[in-house]
Amino acid sequence: MKIAVCLSHVPDTTTRIRFVDNNTQLDTNGVQWIINPWDELALTRALEIKEASAGRVEKVTVVHVGRTEADPTLRKAMAIGADSAIRVDADPADAFSVASQLAAAFRQYPFDLIFCGIESSDYNNSAVGGMLAELLSVTSVSAVSGIEPAGEGWLLCRDIDGGVEKIYAESPMVAIVQKGIAREPRIPSMRGIMMAKQKPLQVVPAVEVNPLTEYLGFETPAPKPPCRKLDPDQVKELAELLHKEAKVI
Amino acid sequence: MEKKALKSGEFLVRDTLPEDIFIPEEFNEEQRMIASTCRDFLETEVFPVLDRIDQQEKGLMPSLLKKAGELGLLGISVPEEYEGFGQDFVTTMLSSEVMGAGFSFSVAFSAHTGIGTCPLLYYGSDELRRKYIPKMVTGELLTAYCLTEPGAGSDANAGKTSATLSEDGKHYILNGQKMWITNGGFADLLTVFAKIDNDRCLSAFLVDAHSPGVVRNPEEHKMGIKGSSTVQLFFNDVKVPVENLIGERGGGYRIALNILHMGRIKLGANVLGASRTAINESIRYANERKQFGQLISSFGAIQHKLAEQAVRHFVTESSVYRVSRNIDDAINELVQDGLDKARATIEGIARYNIEAAFLKVFSSEALDYIVDEAVQIFGGMGYSSETLVEKSYRDSRINRIFEGTNEINRLLVTDLTLKHSKKGEYDLFTPANELLNDLLSVEYPVFEGMTYDEQKKQVVRNFKKAVLLVAGAASSFFERKLPFEQEIMNNLADMIMETYAAESAVLRVQKLAAMKGEENTGIYRDILDVFMHHAAFIMLKNGTDALQSFAEGNRLKEMEEALRRLTHTAPVNVKEARRRIASRLIEDNSYRL
Repeated sequence: MKIAVCLSHVPDTTTRIRFVDNNTQLDTNGVQWIINPWDELALTRALEIKEASAGRVEKVTVVHVGRTEADPTLRKAMAIGADSAIRVDADPADAFSVASQLAAAFRQYPFDLIFCGIESSDYNNSAVGGMLAELLSVTSVSAVSGIEPAGEGWLLCRDIDGGVEKIYAESPMVAIVQKGIAREPRIPSMRGIMMAKQKPLQVVPAVEVNPLTEYLGFETPAPKPPCRKLDPDQVKELAELLHKEAKVI
Repeated sequence: MEKKALKSGEFLVRDTLPEDIFIPEEFNEEQRMIASTCRDFLETEVFPVLDRIDQQEKGLMPSLLKKAGELGLLGISVPEEYEGFGQDFVTTMLSSEVMGAGFSFSVAFSAHTGIGTCPLLYYGSDELRRKYIPKMVTGELLTAYCLTEPGAGSDANAGKTSATLSEDGKHYILNGQKMWITNGGFADLLTVFAKIDNDRCLSAFLVDAHSPGVVRNPEEHKMGIKGSSTVQLFFNDVKVPVENLIGERGGGYRIALNILHMGRIKLGANVLGASRTAINESIRYANERKQFGQLISSFGAIQHKLAEQAVRHFVTESSVYRVSRNIDDAINELVQDGLDKARATIEGIARYNIEAAFLKVFSSEALDYIVDEAVQIFGGMGYSSETLVEKSYRDSRINRIFEGTNEINRLLVTDLTLKHSKKGEYDLFTPANELLNDLLSVEYPVFEGMTYDEQKKQVVRNFKKAVLLVAGAASSFFERKLPFEQEIMNNLADMIMETYAAESAVLRVQKLAAMKGEENTGIYRDILDVFMHHAAFIMLKNGTDALQSFAEGNRLKEMEEALRRLTHTAPVNVKEARRRIASRLIEDNSYRL
């Protein structure tokens, strides 16, 4: 059995976001790149399943759509424990194009279970996982917070209001996961870092895809207006401001 | 083949090219990944429990060290044949830098991986190494280094701990007392220095800390690094197998000195991690705290402090990684000459004993400045134990004391620099005498018409001449008695380290210009301008102090005038330069240079 984890390469969450080219492109100067936190937890869960499978899961592969600058992120995933990496050599233009490139790669290299993080911390579209399953015509379950192998398929848990929903699904399938999927990401060990050099990072050519959407531009939030301070005895004014200006009462 | 590596201290009489130095911007992917693992380890395992560490919760520090061992972090520099990861010295320094942010944990980590593991690794028999080093790498066995005694601190060879061979010749019997032993409260293995049968020099022994007769005193109460274990140890008729002698009989003093060289240079890296934390805390606080309706980061007085913190950090970093690559080159050369990797490492480090000594001084004093200003930026809040900068301030102070006090290291810098020259490693005295015989030919540098790089190179060359002038004059005046003039020795040490730091920063900025394009190096040039301006005054002050201590009359006037000319820099608007540096820090909300 083979497990794939789709992996986004995103700016560190403490990055100061700036845009260039008339506010249409992210300024990548000085940006620290990391594995998308949801994908990193999916990778942790995939490795846990492999380790507990007594050899049934033969390998865990991370798959990414992007250019060569993401290679360090993929090697980090292999240092954490993935057995191999596939990078589809294309610009990730929008969710549909990423899903289409991934689908093409998965038709060529089939997997029994494909993990997708429910969103990525850069564009937060939350769309790739569902689109990918649809393009591959396989089952998908979204907002998964737990997964265990069960017979030929998978037992999945979803957090719902006030409880947990349990679902069974057959392989192959796409599991679109929430952060609760694993407790915490793993830190690459020294041994892992050394071994990552020997593990295969395969680059596959892109297929022809026309993105469905186009980024016209980004707007940064307007700076917050300064705080207005009232004296403790201005209760009337406070009530009026909350009613008329802030419109919260 | 021409050897590129400079000898220790030789920078004073030889130019270095930017392409011959290593700068932190050149770390490769694997090195960055190792650094990121160290950072992740601190963030997930150490930072959440800093208070519990400082309260010395029983068993916590050993368990953290063992967790670091599980990730392989205790064996980064240990050769693969002893189940380590065989990383080079630059990588070891990078990991030491990152771990240096771990407050008391970083002290325990450094003590175990450095002075705890290394005497055996570098000098032990192969059998002993194979038996113990792999367990030190996993953290199964934790270590401490026992050199200092009540009557033997800076004068390490004065130790009274004795070792006597047992009647059957199978054991040494150890008796004595050691103090300020880092990790002593929980260590399983100790490197103990003792004299065999009243030898003149120490010998080193690997001692099982759980042996009968080893008594551990309670933990010392300290000003800072409160979470690190520091105890006195007593040895009462402790039996040590004869095969646990590390190195040769009487060879312990040399081992102790070489291990200290290593400890000093690694302290330079550790300090960088601690200073980065203090700077980041300072910037973030200045960007949050409002007074008079404005963020305090908008005030010039605060911007001045932020910029000066960054300048000192950048310059220390430039110097530390420059010598680290020199050490790697020396290690490789020794390996090619047939030395085993472990032995080559310690000999390679020892080759840079002058740099190790002055970088220990420079970096620990830079950190003390940085944490002091961090507390000041926090104002009253900085005096509260609730803030990290209060801990940074207390924890920093020990760095000027351990691994040889800064006073001992300053004396060592000047002493070794002069000795190496007398031994013919390089020649300081011929150019010094030429300069002293022709003082009137020293002119003010003419910076007009020079490029930025040429100006800076000229200033560095002049700084070197200033060192030669003072060293040459003092040597010929005091002759063999110069080492007893400790104040002048210290003045010279300050001039030597300031010159090295200035040259390292100049070379790094030149290399950055080649890598990133001159148009992208404005901020680095600002840093360099501010530092060179500062360094010139330090050079002039120390040189003047020294010259006025012994010279008189016209000769003094001539030498002072030459010194003024040799420490002259082109005028720079340092206020604006500092503001630009601060703006960058404020905009990034952290130190990201």
